[in-house]
Amino acid sequence: MIQLFAFYLFAALVVASGAMVITARNPVHSVLWLILAFFNAAGLMILIGAEFIAMLLVIVYVGAVAVLFLFVVMMLDIDFATLRAGFVKNFPLGLSIAAVLLAEMVFGFGAWSKGGIKLGVADGTAAPLAGASNIEAIGAVLYGRYLFLFESAGVVLLVAMIGAIVLTHRQRGDVKSQNISAQNARRPQDATINTQPEVGGGVKL
Amino acid sequence: MIGIEHYITVSSILFVLGVLGIFLNRKNVIIILMAIELILLSVNINLVAFSAFLHDLTGQIFAMFVLTVAAGEAAVGLAILVIYFRGRGTIAVDDVNRMKG
Repeated sequence: MIQLFAFYLFAALVVASGAMVITARNPVHSVLWLILAFFNAAGLMILIGAEFIAMLLVIVYVGAVAVLFLFVVMMLDIDFATLRAGFVKNFPLGLSIAAVLLAEMVFGFGAWSKGGIKLGVADGTAAPLAGASNIEAIGAVLYGRYLFLFESAGVVLLVAMIGAIVLTHRQRGDVKSQNISAQNARRPQDATINTQPEVGGGVKL
Repeated sequence: MIGIEHYITVSSILFVLGVLGIFLNRKNVIIILMAIELILLSVNINLVAFSAFLHDLTGQIFAMFVLTVAAGEAAVGLAILVIYFRGRGTIAVDDVNRMKG
């Protein structure tokens, strides 16, 4: 009973905050609604016993992705009022496409509930270990059968990181910065001179 | 336990909301990226729900890979957004075709 109540609470909140993400006037509010949607989705996942993915959702999505969005939205000085110009104009088209998409999904769902579509049956190779916790079972599968896929996910993240750095890195003309190769190439004879100034004559540089 | 059809309903509503968001905010690329995140979130809910109901962990593993790709996509997308804003002073994506070359 309490599970059912929690499910409907999380589901209603995730749908409501998803709707607020796309309709909020201020993108900062959009990001905050997105964070609420992620938290409630994590709650939905906990309800069916996927604790690890739920925690990952909170850590990765809320802790990294949403904060990244928040930084970018607040860092850039954007006039958001002009960006909303086409909102009402695009509303009928967007709504009709969304209705078509939803109808297709309802048809698929109806076909399944009437028995027209058979769901696949798990072959048992990735079945959860008996008596093991969710994270233990995931670890056994992830570091066994999906090890290479897991490592290539790391490569994807590395490429994304390098790509983001290369894209946003720039040489600013108005700020002095350290040039290490120029520093290393400098020799003592270029940098220093020996003079024998006369007493009281001063040094001419 | 709550039936799988409940989870499918929630995730399909969220998916449709994400697609609607892309169409509603055609100019604002930040909201478009957030709508893509919503779509990926609905996919993740679907994968995890089927994984739990079929007693097969593959769905949860793939939800992790979707999460990886979503994080990379957000990082690169926001980097492109930042350099686009730096060059043009706006993020309206109506005339984004000027980005070529």
